[in-house]
Amino acid sequence: MKKLLSIFAVVAFAFTANAGTLDDVKNRGFLKCGVTTGLIGFAAPDDAGNWAGFDVDVCRAVAAAIFGDSSKVEFTTTTGKSRFPTLASGEIDMLARNTTWTLSRDVNLGFEFVGVNYYDGQGFMIPSALGVDDATGLDGATVCIQTGTTTELNLADFFRANNISYEALPIETNDEARENLFAGRCDVYTTDASGLSATRAQADDPDKWIVLPNIISKEPLGPLVRHGDHQWGDVVRWSLNTLIIAEELGVSSANVDASKSSNIPEVLRLLGVEGGYGEMLELSNDFAYNIIKQVGNYSESFDRNIGPDTPLGIGRNLNALWTDGGILYAPPFR
Amino acid sequence: MNLENQFNTRKPPVATTGLIGWLRINLFSSWFNTAVTLLVLYFLYQIIPWFLDWSILSADFTHNYKGEKIIDRTFCSRVANPEEYHGACWSIIIVRFYQFIYGFYPVDQVWRANLTYFLLAVALIPLLVENLPYRRHLIKFTIVFPIIAFVLLYGGFGFEIVPTNKWGGLLVTLVLGVFGIALAFPLGIILALGRRSKLPVISMVCTLFIEFIRGVPLITLLFFGMVMLPLFLPEGINMDGLVRVLVAVTLFQAAYMAEVIRGGLQAIPQGQFEAAQSVGLSYWQMNRKIILPQAIRITIPSIVNTSIGLFKDTTLVIIIGLLDLLGIGRGALSDATWMGLSNEVYVFVAIVFFIFTFSMSRYSLYLEKKLKTGINMGAD
Repeated sequence: MKKLLSIFAVVAFAFTANAGTLDDVKNRGFLKCGVTTGLIGFAAPDDAGNWAGFDVDVCRAVAAAIFGDSSKVEFTTTTGKSRFPTLASGEIDMLARNTTWTLSRDVNLGFEFVGVNYYDGQGFMIPSALGVDDATGLDGATVCIQTGTTTELNLADFFRANNISYEALPIETNDEARENLFAGRCDVYTTDASGLSATRAQADDPDKWIVLPNIISKEPLGPLVRHGDHQWGDVVRWSLNTLIIAEELGVSSANVDASKSSNIPEVLRLLGVEGGYGEMLELSNDFAYNIIKQVGNYSESFDRNIGPDTPLGIGRNLNALWTDGGILYAPPFR
Repeated sequence: MNLENQFNTRKPPVATTGLIGWLRINLFSSWFNTAVTLLVLYFLYQIIPWFLDWSILSADFTHNYKGEKIIDRTFCSRVANPEEYHGACWSIIIVRFYQFIYGFYPVDQVWRANLTYFLLAVALIPLLVENLPYRRHLIKFTIVFPIIAFVLLYGGFGFEIVPTNKWGGLLVTLVLGVFGIALAFPLGIILALGRRSKLPVISMVCTLFIEFIRGVPLITLLFFGMVMLPLFLPEGINMDGLVRVLVAVTLFQAAYMAEVIRGGLQAIPQGQFEAAQSVGLSYWQMNRKIILPQAIRITIPSIVNTSIGLFKDTTLVIIIGLLDLLGIGRGALSDATWMGLSNEVYVFVAIVFFIFTFSMSRYSLYLEKKLKTGINMGAD
């Protein structure tokens, strides 16, 4: 028995002392990325079975950075409950699944959030016929609320702080909330603002519904990796940063080739014309070029998946660049 | 002079034979039954025309009312012109039919999935048709079918590997259902025999296993397989997600199957055991030739019942992130191209599930009839 255990220990050691995640991914030939089982705009399979969405683009950007080919990624679907164990066990290399960055997830669960790709927050959706334009005017309203979520606690805090009353109608899923709201069984539905936009988009007549401007919580959503492998964390972090920096510098998939002869030094550094920044990450020097060429910059991804011209119709708001009144900000590429 | 003339027999009253008689006996035998019958008829009158209209007569299939090909939800007649049209928009199913049936299985390898579906049908034939030539040999194929199916679907032996995260839709539902039932059946028999064993260790282990598994919901076992198991394995060693789920499903089903079969074993009169032993049969011979055939025969309805339950329970895998038939449907709904067509998706999924579960229950009826379950136990 002891012998057996020692063999197990050796096997276990042999597997834990493996090369870094980046080398694993390179040897494997594709990236394994965890996404949701389906969330409008953020991750969903299209008719041909290819995954597309705002979170999916982060996965594709990392694949483009490593392989120069954004299609070299395999998606594993995860749910709110299974996402963390799936990442912790090494079944996936990274998770891009509208996951809120919190202290306990960052520290206690042993993960590392490499940045924020979407700043979300809890909001309210009401029928426009209600004639309310601020959440503080919702005194006595019936609120559809998903049970067992942080939104439930945020809601109670908000109404208590503003000294107004509400009646909660507890529901389980987003679908259920939608049906209840559309049937008039509750006056207000509260969840993350991106979820509200998706709900509104599914209404027969979206104009009959408005999302109030009040945002009552912070929900920074971003991709994450396992603690401990800093080199891998850097690769994912700078793939995400590349999307944002490209937008700051005005480099898009349309003009990326022409930008190679730009006279702005940071553009040249970004595209690998000058400096050896890719090598520092153990990637090719044109990794950012590949990302921008194949995935686009942040605003292209945003507009394609969740922006004003999509059924979701989400505005940039907080997710605008810091120069445009938002808080989207990436460290300099140098 | 024959008997008929002697007694001057008359025909039975019209009201007790034929259609009218059947109606009187079955539907209108008392004022209460009459009321229920009328209520149900009214209900059907309200539902059926409406459903036919929604699902077929006013529905869009590939083109909308203007004759345009439907490529996203805005082309659906009921979205484009909600004032006049209200029918279903089946395009979401038609366009994504491949995904519903195979998930993300690579198109160039899909013949393997097709072959597996075909072989599944072949494997079922000897179970369905009794007077088949060479049935004994075909049954052998049925028994090894799960192994063949696994190699075909997953790969190896010269086939390209198709990782299980590419499987989805009906394929995953059937893999979980068929493998779960096929693997759980023998395991259940062993557990049932084990629990009734006179050896205390064996019977305690089996009882403990059965009671533990039955004491928790399936979802708990799924979470255990998905969430806890990887924590026990060293980092870098991964068991395939689908396999972990399959193990959980099989153990769950085996525990229930064991109790069902144990019920059958309890019902066998003690004389059968004693008779078998007195002619010198060993324990296994006795069970194989005398006890189990009778026990399984009387438990067929319950076995099929738990199997149908399991088949439907496989939809729970959505919670741990596997995309079965229902999961693919939800995935389709979360694509902005098709969102909002939830009625179509859920009705389609329901119909597919109904086809499978209804066939299973018909098969059980056929078996019962064939084996005359419940009639003159022990005398035929």
